[in-house]
Amino acid sequence: MRFARTMSVCLGVTLSVMTGGIGAGAKTQDEIVLGAAVSLTGKYAQNGLNTKNGYDLAISKINEKGGVKIGDKTYKLAIRYYDDESTPARGTELAERLIKQDGVQFILGPYSSGLTKAILPIVEKHKVPMVEGNGAARELFTKGYRYIFAVLSTSDQYLTPAIDLAAEHAAKLGKTPDTLKVALAMENDPFAQDVRAGVLDDAKRHGMQVVIDDQLPPELNDMSVTLTKVKALKPDVLVVSGHEKGALTAAAQIDALKVNVPIVAMTHCDSAQLAEKLGNAAEHVFCAKQWHSSLAYKDDLFGTAADFARLFRDTYGYETPYQAAQSAAAVEVFADAFSRAQSLDLEKVREALASTEIETFYGPVKFDAAGRNVAKPMVLTQVQGGEYVVVSPAEWAAGTPVIPRPSP
Amino acid sequence: MIGNLQILIDAPALSLQLLIDGILVGAVFALAAYGLALVWGVTNVINVAQGEFVMLGGFITVLCADQGLPPLIAVPIAAAVLYVLGWVLFQLVIVHLVGRDMFNSVLATFGIAIVLQQLMAHVFGGADRIVESGLGSWFFRDGLIGIAKVKVVVFVACIALGVTLALFLARSRAGQAIRATAQEPRAASVLGIETRRVYALTFALNAAICGAAGALAAMAYTIHAYGGLAYTIRSFMIVVVAGLGNLAGVIWAALGLGVAENFAGFILGAQYQIAFVFGLLVAVLVFRNWRLRRKRLTLR
Repeated sequence: MRFARTMSVCLGVTLSVMTGGIGAGAKTQDEIVLGAAVSLTGKYAQNGLNTKNGYDLAISKINEKGGVKIGDKTYKLAIRYYDDESTPARGTELAERLIKQDGVQFILGPYSSGLTKAILPIVEKHKVPMVEGNGAARELFTKGYRYIFAVLSTSDQYLTPAIDLAAEHAAKLGKTPDTLKVALAMENDPFAQDVRAGVLDDAKRHGMQVVIDDQLPPELNDMSVTLTKVKALKPDVLVVSGHEKGALTAAAQIDALKVNVPIVAMTHCDSAQLAEKLGNAAEHVFCAKQWHSSLAYKDDLFGTAADFARLFRDTYGYETPYQAAQSAAAVEVFADAFSRAQSLDLEKVREALASTEIETFYGPVKFDAAGRNVAKPMVLTQVQGGEYVVVSPAEWAAGTPVIPRPSP
Repeated sequence: MIGNLQILIDAPALSLQLLIDGILVGAVFALAAYGLALVWGVTNVINVAQGEFVMLGGFITVLCADQGLPPLIAVPIAAAVLYVLGWVLFQLVIVHLVGRDMFNSVLATFGIAIVLQQLMAHVFGGADRIVESGLGSWFFRDGLIGIAKVKVVVFVACIALGVTLALFLARSRAGQAIRATAQEPRAASVLGIETRRVYALTFALNAAICGAAGALAAMAYTIHAYGGLAYTIRSFMIVVVAGLGNLAGVIWAALGLGVAENFAGFILGAQYQIAFVFGLLVAVLVFRNWRLRRKRLTLR
């Protein structure tokens, strides 16, 4: 009974904070608290950390520049973090906790599409805007959700530049794209399956023949079977997606089995530190990226993409994965929305987010009705001499692609 | 599916590649399963942390490689470290499980698994790792068949370890004590065998085997702080297929499963690779049950 009374008092206090005049995001005076449940342990620990580092860097930079000005008041930004342990159930629980118990009104996304999907219904239920930079699955944007805003390109676009590149290259050689054979090795998870759907659509559009379409179970750490098939069927393009493990396993085993494919394209190269860890085995592999530090994007907060990369490296001591860049961009988008909304009212902030149209170091951001960033394209890089060199789209490309991949 | 089968018929060399790869991958699982069977048989404890021991062995190799040591030197180091860890874990936790209900052992070792996972993620980070053995590959038939030398090293080491272990159990005094304890712990202790020490030895030995397996696995496959489960499940399955107490059978079951898995993956597609193996497990269990039932009838 006493417990119940204490609880109801606590709840009352929380509620009064939540409905309080200045908005519950500002728990202490002059501070807007954003909430984030990211994976600090579990299988996404590395990318969870990348996400957190990106958020933290943006927050500290924004605060360093004086914070966000609303009316005649300036607010500092802060983030309340929880560790979702890379499990969707925990993510859901923590989103609920952030919003209901901690009174957080603005949510930054977790890492991975799966976890984003898990907390979306909570965010929608409480009508709390979420800006995310690490949930790219198509299905996040097809359910009519109104409170999700994603700064990144959706996952079905990840490896389509590789298919387009193959078609271009074939045309250059005087061949038609429909003579090309494509092999897919995709993990059986929502992200990679989206990548797969995008590649299949694109290959079909070009009239290419799909000769291998293997879907690897998540617990598999051996790809030699699929690669044996690749050896037998000799495709012109091999696309691989299966988080860091997929990239590492594929590159190492392609090298060990001496599999010769003219174009090998993958996702997650940089978070797997493919070029750094595998050296020669990673050479001339094409890597899909949301962003690259050599791109000509810039903004007032971080400067150019290269400036961001330098700052990140100096702060955290490792090369900037794009996951960190898009996380930082998510915070930037929030800050921009706050200052345009000139209010911390949820609906006004949501409206401001929906009408975002800014240039950032990460690329242009403009959302469609579903909350997708439609302004920014994917980039394709190729490992050349241990560096990731941007080779597509051609207008920003610093280098030219090497096709066919020289046999090791 | 039929197309894939046709490829194998047209290019028999590929079948050979699948066969070799299957045997080589099976060898790593054989080691982990061997340890599991040993502990299960002697102490009646099912160690669910088996995969974590393997991963820890792998991370020790990563650590050694980062220090610039040749990866193969890491194998005995990993085994030694894991032996000590196994001994400590036995004295702290496992000793309380011997002779208890099997459910307790599953729960407690599951706890150990979680603690080890989190510790590894904390200490070594959450990234996938692979150690470059720098050995390269052999190629036959115009490069159609490629065999990574490191996988052969893994295989040879596994067989050598397996044989050493079998000899140790059959010939040495300590091995005799282990076998005696497995057969009848009470009689063994009456005859002056310190069963508690035998249990500790067995468990530590198992950890060391897993450590060595992990050190070898890290050179051919990726390792991850949370990647142990695949090894635990696989070794459990192998022991079940081989039949408890059948240590020689463990090796055959492991290699056989590796090969079956590879062919299933090629013919049916990678998405059915693991499903096929589990299907096989069910089939084996059903078959065993059917055979046992027939025996029961004749007894009656």
